[in-house]
Amino acid sequence: MAADEPLVLGIETSCDETGVGIVRGTTLLADAVASSVDTHARFGGVVPEIASRAHLEAMVPTIERALKEAGVSARDLDGIAVTSGPGLAGALLVGVSAAKAYAYALGKPLYGVNHLASHICVDQLEHGPLPEPTMALLVSGGHSSLLLAPDITADVRPLGATIDDAAGEAFDKIARVLNLGFPGGPVIDRLAKEGDPKAIAFPRGLTGPRDAPYDFSFSGLKTSVARWIEAKRAAGEEVPVRDVAASFQEAVVDVLTRKAVRACKDEGVDHLMIGGGVAANSRLRALAQERCERAGIRLRVPRPKLCTDNGAMVAALGAEMVARNRLPSDLELSADSSLPVTEPHVPGTAHAHAHSHDHDHVHEISKDNLYS
Amino acid sequence: MDTATPAVTVALHDGTSVIASSGQVDARRHGELLLPAVDRVLAEAGTKLDAVTGVVVGVGPGPYTGLRVGLVTAATFGSALSVPVHGVCTLDGIAYAAGQDGLEGPFVVATDARRKEVYWARYENARTRTGEPAVDRPADIAEAVAGLPVVGAGAVLYPESFPDRRGPEHVAAGALAALAAERLAAGQELPAPQPLYLRRPDAQVPKNYKVVTPK
Ligand SMILES: [Zn+2]
Repeated sequence: MAADEPLVLGIETSCDETGVGIVRGTTLLADAVASSVDTHARFGGVVPEIASRAHLEAMVPTIERALKEAGVSARDLDGIAVTSGPGLAGALLVGVSAAKAYAYALGKPLYGVNHLASHICVDQLEHGPLPEPTMALLVSGGHSSLLLAPDITADVRPLGATIDDAAGEAFDKIARVLNLGFPGGPVIDRLAKEGDPKAIAFPRGLTGPRDAPYDFSFSGLKTSVARWIEAKRAAGEEVPVRDVAASFQEAVVDVLTRKAVRACKDEGVDHLMIGGGVAANSRLRALAQERCERAGIRLRVPRPKLCTDNGAMVAALGAEMVARNRLPSDLELSADSSLPVTEPHVPGTAHAHAHSHDHDHVHEISKDNLYS
Repeated sequence: MDTATPAVTVALHDGTSVIASSGQVDARRHGELLLPAVDRVLAEAGTKLDAVTGVVVGVGPGPYTGLRVGLVTAATFGSALSVPVHGVCTLDGIAYAAGQDGLEGPFVVATDARRKEVYWARYENARTRTGEPAVDRPADIAEAVAGLPVVGAGAVLYPESFPDRRGPEHVAAGALAALAAERLAAGQELPAPQPLYLRRPDAQVPKNYKVVTPK
């Protein structure tokens, strides 16, 4: 770790985790997370207002914990990065407001960054600098996309995405049908290990010859699994939970890995990065490893804690923004619940920098409002 | 500062008087407006944030999304600068400003709680609230507050329930700071900067609860 590498604090509040991470260049120094997932569990999903309230409570304590863990002084930071989108509007706003206040109070540059690009960039903390271009498969409760990133700070191209449910959402829904609680990913992964993935032939969405090669669809699979379970119940038979979990999971990871490997081949990319909460799934990791090896592709998957939402990933991308001299955001930075993946960060308008005292407010008017 | 109502308001107070202030009314852009307003107020006063020895923030009640902007900003300033952060009930700030305008008690302060309700509280005088703030439908409290002047946006929105309307309509951070300075000088403790939501969260999980990558 070189002392001249940028020291950046990152804040992530796009969903139910309040994350604050600190990195120096590509070295992880701290990864503090406060989660409200237990509060959401009884509702079977993330309740936005509950998440926002929890972010407000956890924000400052989590920042202070991260600084302590990293053993650095806030004064030594080279920048503050924050997820400005996409995500839950009210949740994002807590993190963005905190980041702006922190950057302003400390006199540090502010970088509003993209949540999805951060999920990719976090792998630098695990496996060193990203190859360029990087092929990334992002799978979580909120996203399922294939992205090609020639430059993670400036050029991220969506190749495909889910046309309905995110992969992680399908796990949650099937877990609900099986009365396994929320979130569904870890429990299905565990039960699937004791089941037969070939027991039931569930459909593989969007894998026909005429289907979009890189898009995903998990809605049909979800319905098919639910129907199969209901039919068993209606017939008074016991539902083979382990086999259902294994067969459902196999259908999801089969499609994900097949499409990701194909994208690598088509684009001539010899690395595949997998991120997002579903990347913690053991079967996804195993099958991706197997298929990548066969195709001569090097697989990069961060440790599970860096795959789920966290502040370190935001700090990692922020550090890259500093290292590459990207323009900081300005004090008007918004929380943008639908920030396009093609915008890795939200640069400020050139005339307004962090400590300008002669703000021209004209440009504010054209900005979309993101509360709704 | 206060973001509990449609007003995004910031003021710098030196313990005696307001040195500079800013007030903008925009119910949907608290997040974008607050920090630039802080920056403007400090610039106007010819000082920097690190000269500030304490932060006072309106704790509501108010619509949550905007309310949190002020609270998290104040808390973060407090942490970054190692200065105390004090909470003041937003309705108390409005009552204090009404008193500065010459209104004597008793009276009521009512703000917009959306969903056809108001956040409100009763005041003995500009400095003394009687009871805790509440959230109700205007028609349901009209009888209980009949004959009393009503201050704040609630009176503007519901004249049929609150016919004796008095200014000001919005909270001003200058009044909030002045009230806090007065209480601190008198040795009173100010409450912690905790939000007054007054309603439980809507525990509904939206159908697509997290945004997916736009195509
Ligand atoms: Zn995520």
